[in-house]
Amino acid sequence: MNADAFFTLADHLNAELRSAEILFSNLSNESSDFVRLNRNRLRQAGHVGSTALDLTLIEGSRQVEGGCDLSGDPTEDQARARRLLARLRERLAHVPDDPYLSYSAEPSESDHYGDARLPPAAETIGELIASADGMDLVGIWASGDIAEGLASSIGHRHWHASASFNLDWSCYLEADKAVKSAYSGFDWDPAILRAKLEVMREGLHIMSRPARILEPGRYRAYLAPSAVGELMGMLAWGGFDLKSHRTHQTPLLKMARGERSFDPRIGIREEHDRGLAPRFTAEGFPTPPRVALVEGGRFAACLVDARSGKEYGEPVNTASDAPGSLGLDAGTLDDFDVPGQLDTGLWIGNLWYCNWSDPNDCRVTGMTRFGTYWVESGEIVAPVKVMRFDDSLYHLLGDRLEGLTRERELLLSAETYDGRSTDSALLPGVLVSGIDLTL
Amino acid sequence: MQHLCDIADVFLRQAPACDYWTLRLVEEEHDHLEVRQGVVEPSRLTYTSGAMVTLVGGGGIGYGATSDLSAAGLRAAAERAAGWARVHARLGLFEAGIYPRSSTRADYRTPIEEPWSTLPIGEKLDILQAANDALAIEDRIVDWSAWLARRRVSQLLITSDGGRVSQVLDYVHPGLVAVANEGSQTQRRHGGGSDGSQQGGLERIAAVRLLEDAPRVAEEALALLDAPDCPQDTRDLVLLPSQMVLQIHESIGHPLELDRILGDERNYAGTSFVTPGMFGRYRYGSELLNVTFDPTVPMELVSGVADDEGAPAAREYLIRRGILERPLGGALSQARAGLPGTANTRASSWDRPPIDRMGNINLEPGEGSLADLIAQVERGVLMDTNRSWSIDDSRNKFQFGCELGRLIEDGELKGLVRNPGYRGISASFWRSLDGVGGPESLEIRGVCNCGKGEPNQSVYVGHATPPCLFRDVAVFGGGE
Ligand SMILES: [Zn+2]
Repeated sequence: MNADAFFTLADHLNAELRSAEILFSNLSNESSDFVRLNRNRLRQAGHVGSTALDLTLIEGSRQVEGGCDLSGDPTEDQARARRLLARLRERLAHVPDDPYLSYSAEPSESDHYGDARLPPAAETIGELIASADGMDLVGIWASGDIAEGLASSIGHRHWHASASFNLDWSCYLEADKAVKSAYSGFDWDPAILRAKLEVMREGLHIMSRPARILEPGRYRAYLAPSAVGELMGMLAWGGFDLKSHRTHQTPLLKMARGERSFDPRIGIREEHDRGLAPRFTAEGFPTPPRVALVEGGRFAACLVDARSGKEYGEPVNTASDAPGSLGLDAGTLDDFDVPGQLDTGLWIGNLWYCNWSDPNDCRVTGMTRFGTYWVESGEIVAPVKVMRFDDSLYHLLGDRLEGLTRERELLLSAETYDGRSTDSALLPGVLVSGIDLTL
Repeated sequence: MQHLCDIADVFLRQAPACDYWTLRLVEEEHDHLEVRQGVVEPSRLTYTSGAMVTLVGGGGIGYGATSDLSAAGLRAAAERAAGWARVHARLGLFEAGIYPRSSTRADYRTPIEEPWSTLPIGEKLDILQAANDALAIEDRIVDWSAWLARRRVSQLLITSDGGRVSQVLDYVHPGLVAVANEGSQTQRRHGGGSDGSQQGGLERIAAVRLLEDAPRVAEEALALLDAPDCPQDTRDLVLLPSQMVLQIHESIGHPLELDRILGDERNYAGTSFVTPGMFGRYRYGSELLNVTFDPTVPMELVSGVADDEGAPAAREYLIRRGILERPLGGALSQARAGLPGTANTRASSWDRPPIDRMGNINLEPGEGSLADLIAQVERGVLMDTNRSWSIDDSRNKFQFGCELGRLIEDGELKGLVRNPGYRGISASFWRSLDGVGGPESLEIRGVCNCGKGEPNQSVYVGHATPPCLFRDVAVFGGGE
């Protein structure tokens, strides 16, 4: 569905509103090719076309929300949307006033059409399989158009469309000896793919050495940006949103209370202005360019969505309670100095399956996975059998933080649970004097 | 369902010319009501509907999914599927000829006592308000919430071999949470059925004692604030069904998924320590360990008549007397691996293709009560309600945390401990199983957020289990 079709549908719905009613219509549209690969062959391939409409109907201080899928046919979609609106209207009479109802009363407009040069998916998969000849490649290709729209009876009209590809894959030597890579963006370049595969071939060469089995204990470690991304993902889980702070549930509670802090070099920001997500919230609020969440190792500000903003009297600065465009400040460590600075310890390429071990103390557990090596005197000597860590971020980003890399990597989320994600993170690698391995 | 049958008829009149096709039509209705801190949250009513066409022809397989259910929309989806089938014919991992065909004809509908619509929304909100009042027992309860969610999934699968499977699954999910805080110590307690989902209607509210459970939830959250941390040492462990669910899920269910064993999931959900040669001989656990794939247990989350490719549902032993018997693999995986399996090919909705998933994975009961298990422990800890889960990509090294623990000394339950956790290795943990509760202690529960697959899919999974006793487990508490 394109912007014109969506705005026309919204106009039809707005024309049916009763005098005191206000309607916010949000659209999510996706046309995606998904190709699963295993053993460098095509495992499962197909196309998904989906269009979903979300409505919020407001009258006075009451509101109800609803959603339905759309077909793309204007007559059918008007009928579906009208049916939903009628159900919401029926329900609205039975819900009480909502003290935290919050929406932008200022009309606003915007549109964004991202530039992209996407190759036909089928052609690219052929190219990928040929380039990875001889490798045990497994992963997923996702590509196509994504659009989000907002229209309201107040006068909001926003459209945010982009086309992108996301190839997320790993190559296996045997059992769980593997290296991982990702290539995502807007302009497909086969040369970049071939270069990434070359780096993986080198990684697999090291993987072919006998794996080192580590005993539990504390080890010096370098966490590559992807591994840091997993730790940031944990902080995103209730760490920054205003409601979790005001109800004392944030895993950064001790930091918010001034009892603990990260190293002064740690700065964490929500960078709306560099992200891939729309710059408007479902309630019509614009998002600010940046929100400093942690600054100088201390808690700076919360992410405030429309609802908790109303509850606690703070300005809205996010569409969602978790960061979608997180940035961790860079440091001064040069990439090529990392092995030397690490000297002897663990090079952790990826972490996996993290969860809170003790949220009150910001303690996280998780596993090493993909591209994790033992380093001795600045030289990578062997792969390492997967190990479990269990440690507090107050240590890893605090008293045991040795440095952050100068170069940062932009990681585009490959997640597709709720449609293709527009989340991204810009992250350095992190050198720590110790990480506790427990199993 | 009539609506879906009409759409199926439209498709049948223009069915694609190919070796084999399936059309899977899915309609879902969701309703979510919640009262948090005494305030009614915005209610949310959602309807989704779409179709997936899977097509086998010209030596390939492809799928096309669409929310456009018109004749033209279904035709376009079939054409997309045919396009991908042509690519699969050139680059596919396996021969299209092994794709399973189904002529199953069966119907299923959740038997409901009290339909969702029999209680007006105002009365549902009154129940949730009353639960809120019962949770907010003092100032140290800093957040509290009660909810009631409804989900109905209607699915019609038709195939070119004459298969026709209709299934309507109904769920009502009640739940409670209380959050207690003092200084920098916060503790959370769930109840009211929040982690004990089953199929059913509004009768679930009474079954989980939503209102009656509220005072206990709030009181336990407060008590945890003052409790000492769980000790860090090696001792016996009694797991209540509220934690057994996750233990079974992560360290039996996932490692037995045949697509993981075949390598499909290695880039995302992971591989498995289980290899094809282990079936029929590997000792997975002690003699007391009996695990079934069982889609026939009344009201369990994934009970039904067939999987999403039309394989008829049937109960199978996965592990018997501790010995591994068969993997969790649907017909396609069985053909690829040359192993027996189960009818467990499932998709999260119309917009995702079916893959090997857990259905209902149950730990069969043994003998005796929970008290009998506790009586066998000289020095141990009991753990209740999962709050943290993590396991490696081969499904071996795990660590779990629970909301609440109780020490066990000389066969008796003693004081509360907070932040209880334990870790172990699947391959050895199940061999330390030394007690399995009897049928009277069995609870039918499940997990509503099992994630897997590329593209990602989140599904419901059922787990019925009694409490169990494990010997000599590494346990620990909180702190930096
Ligand atoms: Zn799972």
